[in-house]
Amino acid sequence: MSQLESSLETGSKAYRDNVEFMTSYIEKIRVVERNIKASEERYRERAEKKGKLLPRERLAHLLDRGAPFLELSSIAGFGMNGDKEGETAGGNLIVGIGYVKGRRVLVMVWNYAIKGGTISSVTNRKNLRLQEIAFRTKLPLICLSESGGGDLSGGGDPDPWGVHGFLDGGRVYCQQAELSAAGIPQITVAHGNATAGGAYQVALSDYVVLVRDQTHLFLAGPPLLKAATGEEADHETLGGAVMHATISQTGEYLAESDQDGIRVARDILEQFPPDAGTKLAPDQTEEQPLFPAAELRGIVSEDKRIPYDMREVIARVFDASKFFEFEPANDQHTVCGHAYIGGWRCGIITNNGPITPQGAKKASQFLQLCDQTNTPMIFLQNTTGFLVGVEAEQAGQVKHGSKMIQAVANFRPIKLTIIVGNAYGAGNYAMCSKSLRPAFVFSWPTARQAVMGGAQAAGVMRVIAEDRARNTGQEIPQEQKDMMEKQGEKIIASMEKSSESMYCSSRMMDDGIIDPVDTREVLIFALTTCLETNHRGTQGNTFGVARF
Amino acid sequence: MNLKAIQNKHVDEKYMKKILIANRGEIACRIIDSVQAAGYDAIAVCSDADAQSLFVSLADASVNIGGQTPVESYLDIEKIIGAAKSVEADAIHPGYGFLSENAEFAQACADNNIKFIGPSPNAIKKMGNKASAKNLMIDAGVPCVPGYQGVAQDNPQLVMEAEKIGVPIMVKAAAGGGGRGMRLVHDLADLEAALDSARSESLSAFGSDALILEKAIVDSRHIEIQIAGDSQGKVIHLGERDCSAQRRHQKVIEECPSPFVNEELRQKIGQAAVNAAMAVQYEGVGTVEFLVDAQQNFYFLEMNTRLQVEHPVTELVTGIDLVDWQLRIASGEPLPCLQEEINLDGHAIEVRIYAEDPLNDFMPQTGKIQYFEPYENEGVRIDHGLHSGCHITPYYDAMLAKLICWGRNREEARRRLIKALTQTRILGLTTNKGFLIDLLEEEAFIRGDTTTAFISEQLLEKLRGRDNQEQIAVAGALLAQNSSHQGGWSNAEPMLVRDKLLIGGLEKTVSTLASASGYEVHVDGNSFNVSITSCVSGTLIYNCHGVSSEAVFYLSEAQVSIDFGREILNADIVTYLPEDSSDSASIGQISASTEGLVSTVLVSEGDKVVKGQLLVVVEAMKMEHRHLADGDGEVLRVAVEAGNQVKNRQVMVELKLAEGDDESA
Repeated sequence: MSQLESSLETGSKAYRDNVEFMTSYIEKIRVVERNIKASEERYRERAEKKGKLLPRERLAHLLDRGAPFLELSSIAGFGMNGDKEGETAGGNLIVGIGYVKGRRVLVMVWNYAIKGGTISSVTNRKNLRLQEIAFRTKLPLICLSESGGGDLSGGGDPDPWGVHGFLDGGRVYCQQAELSAAGIPQITVAHGNATAGGAYQVALSDYVVLVRDQTHLFLAGPPLLKAATGEEADHETLGGAVMHATISQTGEYLAESDQDGIRVARDILEQFPPDAGTKLAPDQTEEQPLFPAAELRGIVSEDKRIPYDMREVIARVFDASKFFEFEPANDQHTVCGHAYIGGWRCGIITNNGPITPQGAKKASQFLQLCDQTNTPMIFLQNTTGFLVGVEAEQAGQVKHGSKMIQAVANFRPIKLTIIVGNAYGAGNYAMCSKSLRPAFVFSWPTARQAVMGGAQAAGVMRVIAEDRARNTGQEIPQEQKDMMEKQGEKIIASMEKSSESMYCSSRMMDDGIIDPVDTREVLIFALTTCLETNHRGTQGNTFGVARF
Repeated sequence: MNLKAIQNKHVDEKYMKKILIANRGEIACRIIDSVQAAGYDAIAVCSDADAQSLFVSLADASVNIGGQTPVESYLDIEKIIGAAKSVEADAIHPGYGFLSENAEFAQACADNNIKFIGPSPNAIKKMGNKASAKNLMIDAGVPCVPGYQGVAQDNPQLVMEAEKIGVPIMVKAAAGGGGRGMRLVHDLADLEAALDSARSESLSAFGSDALILEKAIVDSRHIEIQIAGDSQGKVIHLGERDCSAQRRHQKVIEECPSPFVNEELRQKIGQAAVNAAMAVQYEGVGTVEFLVDAQQNFYFLEMNTRLQVEHPVTELVTGIDLVDWQLRIASGEPLPCLQEEINLDGHAIEVRIYAEDPLNDFMPQTGKIQYFEPYENEGVRIDHGLHSGCHITPYYDAMLAKLICWGRNREEARRRLIKALTQTRILGLTTNKGFLIDLLEEEAFIRGDTTTAFISEQLLEKLRGRDNQEQIAVAGALLAQNSSHQGGWSNAEPMLVRDKLLIGGLEKTVSTLASASGYEVHVDGNSFNVSITSCVSGTLIYNCHGVSSEAVFYLSEAQVSIDFGREILNADIVTYLPEDSSDSASIGQISASTEGLVSTVLVSEGDKVVKGQLLVVVEAMKMEHRHLADGDGEVLRVAVEAGNQVKNRQVMVELKLAEGDDESA
């Protein structure tokens, strides 16, 4: 394997500009995250009065001290459903992968401090995504729940009283049942309200921890009950922790407080098989890259037309900056090769330009070779798409592009994707974006996902109109030309905005935006999460675990 | 004739080959050392609790005599004699404490043809009773403290005697030692109460409630003389030890020579000590204790007919191995040197490291020593019986080790001792290490100006007030860092982590928030910036407010222990301790735990009950289900009687809980 050399001029103005651009972009994301946190903080006084922990304090109390934690989709819902600066972003859920009692787990903490932890379309999508990860990684799922049920206000939704989100909610419960049957345990601490949908979320868990004087778990709370049947009852009688622990037996463990409930959840985890990571040893000793990770912020420039060599990224992410390139003499745009990360073998496919027919052929062959040796693949996306033109079409661009997509889709080893820069058109698919189901996909702030560039899209519209005019022999009136010009600008602006990483991440087109500096850690964490899957000691059954 | 027969023909009663050590811990280790150096076999005896101890592994052989408490083991004469006979031991070294001053034991040894390494049963008996010893000393012309040591023990008699002596006055157990059964009385009005409590303490500690009264010598020093006598009736003294630094009559620091004693006084007191020993035909090494007042008047206190805990300071200054002398004397040899040949060279100071919590009224500590590392250097001696992983049980004395330092002069010895204390690492339970360093750094101690009043309540109060917030903050950062997860990385916004630590019975909450430069740690409303540079294999390098320091630590899920050198922090991590049930609604309501037949009702309305008291028995499925009171209180209502069928969770008895019970619930 050869050692990569770097030609990144860290003393140059371009480099400094790049770092500044990337750093300010990361700060924009952090501002959204901090705004979510600030919304939580506004609830502090009320929480403390009730003796409750804030959602993120619950999370901190659950996780092992000092252990890694990978938060997923932190800014989901940003700018949606009436959200402005992130103050109601996050889908009222905090989800991620962390460690509890030394075991890797999936965690889901309901952010009750925002809109009472009610369920919106973002909530459901986040929940469903975490479940998808659970199916794939067989990780146990711990849920610290407190939710007022469906968000009846609609939260800025154009059709607030619609039921379109209702079936997504049903899918959550369906998958909870399927997870139980798949032998993947779910533990829920019912910290507070668990009304209707929130109640099913709790009761469909394999382990339920109730919290005295806090859990209120019922199909219909006192107001709805009175409205529906006229019956009057208080919260404790209808669905208090003691009632559920002693009479209905909807919960197995009765805890005394937030902390105590989390303590019980941790104790439950201790009864599970030891962490699967203990059963795995890396393929070779981990070696750090030769170049500092901090320099990853200085590679991509603000102007997305300025090219950069993805080997500069590889040199700062993979073990010892070593890269064993595949077919280095064939097509310079699609770069493939073997490397190690954290001591684990992997293949890398990345782009230094558009995907040509030769590039697609090269990538497809490399995918098949890695599949043959069960070598995980890491996609580092940076492509403006498949190359167009007579020469490309005649060389079989559609055929080879399709076969590359086919190879990626059917590739059996682990797939991980980092969207570094451009991710346009079918190249977005071929480089394994979310639609091609990688185990995890993360974006750099500089990521751009779109069907094509805005200028190109505007240009297409103009060319079509001009063609139509030419075919009918008519002249395009000046005012229509002006209108088309305006429309073109609008298309460009709209597409530029909707291709931005923060826009895409809000809509969960990835698992979150990461600081480029963290790329290596995120990849190793995601990779080992997947590699451990077969060692988790799960045992499925047909109907899931019943609560009698 | 076989060899054994030949040997038997030639040897007299003093022949020794195997020596059994009837003791444990550091002193057993110390004795084994000299016994083996002299070529004898050292045989250990141990209780079940001590089976894994260091002294057992150091001995050539050992006998497990079972039991846990001293009464079941090291105080059981029959077991010890039995063990000695089973290994054909020729002699028994009793160490200090336990049976070392027990005349009955010395007699039992003699009766079984085993040499007791110590004085005769008669000498022990005479010196063992404070009253008779005092009378004997008065006869021998040894100065004694004015007092009463008569047979009549009724309160009126003692009060009358006390009035004659005058206040302040000391009440002591006649059979006692080591501070137990001792009371200082400043006002005669308090005398009777002091007499009663001293009596009961004396009875439980020594099996005798006889008391003596003595005039309390204020601002006195505790000076004791090491003596040695042989079977030829020769007695010499080996200089003094100053043990004035005492806390509640327990010695804390001992030194040789005394900064207060000049050569003239040394010879005077030394001669008095020799006279005292001669008076009981003393054979072996022993110690005569005196109180010395500011005018250099000295008064006989008591004689310890055994090796003292603090003997090493004499050894370091005289160059004599006192245990070796004991062995030589026991085998019938004359004293190895003359009085004129005894020289005191340099200065030695000893401190006793105890498993106790100075901040919590010196409460003895038990538990596992997670890590022990003695410090070795020029002039440093540590006598101990420890190893990493050993357990400190509640059955025996809480003394862990003695640290003794020698220097050309007192100041060098003191400096070395502070250094050695700082570098001696004991993790896992709280020790008095920091307290000892504080004492050694006190002005009065540095000046050599230590009377028995040195460790006053004021001084204790001053040392108690020491602030340990920074140490707690460092512990909080260490917990947050958690060495078991190397470099816990996260892409999430930093989260506030709260941990609960139990330190000396007090619960402290420490909040930690990761920051760019480390951790922002909050303790009691104060904020600390702490970063952990490294925390591998028990060594912690940290930075607090810009100052980098090193410490030694032990961390488990349940415990954090950090030795900062001077300060030590020992905390139980109780963050995830299950909370007590606060089932206030159902407390006092005793409901049937099953459907069944009430077979017995043991209370009726108005009865007072205590928590755990049996109230009702229900029979179901051929099993008795016992229902107990869940708090102290009064029976408000009994809703069932024997023969009733009850449903599951049917309330059978209601209690009105006593005040305060509700509070705790």
